[in-house]
Amino acid sequence: MNAPPSSDPLDALFAALADPTRRAILARLAEGEATVAELAAPFAMSQPAVSKHLKVLERAGLVTAGVDGQRRPRRMNAAPLAEAADAIERYRQIWERNYRRLDVLLEEMKAVEQQSRKGREI
Amino acid sequence: MNGRLEIAAKGEREIVITRLFAAPPHLVFEAHTVPALLKRWLSGPEGWTLAACEIDLRVGGTYRYEWRHQDGRVMGMSGSYREIEPPKRLVATELFDEDWTGGETLNTQSFEAIGDHTRLTTNVLYASAAARDGALSSNMEAGMAVSYGKLDVLFTGAPIEPA
Repeated sequence: MNAPPSSDPLDALFAALADPTRRAILARLAEGEATVAELAAPFAMSQPAVSKHLKVLERAGLVTAGVDGQRRPRRMNAAPLAEAADAIERYRQIWERNYRRLDVLLEEMKAVEQQSRKGREI
Repeated sequence: MNGRLEIAAKGEREIVITRLFAAPPHLVFEAHTVPALLKRWLSGPEGWTLAACEIDLRVGGTYRYEWRHQDGRVMGMSGSYREIEPPKRLVATELFDEDWTGGETLNTQSFEAIGDHTRLTTNVLYASAAARDGALSSNMEAGMAVSYGKLDVLFTGAPIEPA
């Protein structure tokens, strides 16, 4: 069983992370801020193409644009990733709680099985 | 002792959930296939209970689970069995009434004996890459497990070992 549907901000985050180029851009920004031109160079991409990817990342809250005249250096914002990690943790906890109940049930089942085995031996 | 629950991404369409149980496979298998037993543990998120559970445990046989929330919400899921090999393997399709997993998923569960313990591996295979993407956008929590896999961020702990 899975968890019930959740909210749109996380959808935007996932959509942003689903693309390998955007993940590479994020990896680059994780090392420090960079301008669109600086980001475009290693990816052999046009600046408008990089800008397009940056817009998706900005919508997901993963990237912010600094105020430095025309340069507008982009920075990575890791907060949404932490929220997503919390989401994974919640999913894990739903299963963990199910399985802890199963642990208790299995202990009971083992005890019952042992009882009936003893019963047969007598 | 029981191991930590692991959730990991595999390939393009799968999620794998692993857990060690302190009981032999035939008991863990039974707890997954007998309605009265499933109702005892498969409650789901806080506030929900597995209120109805019907199982026709034959290849081609169907099953239906219905969870109810204390506020009145109902969440139903059904599917059919593809392979049944007690106490080792169970393969079944799964589809929620609201279909927020983007089509049917194929769930393969293997119950592997490790000493007197059981390692349960649940492999959830989505219908297609597109179906999975749909599932991911509506099921963020599972979805992030996959996107994190793509990011090569390891969020799984140490491998499960019997204590």
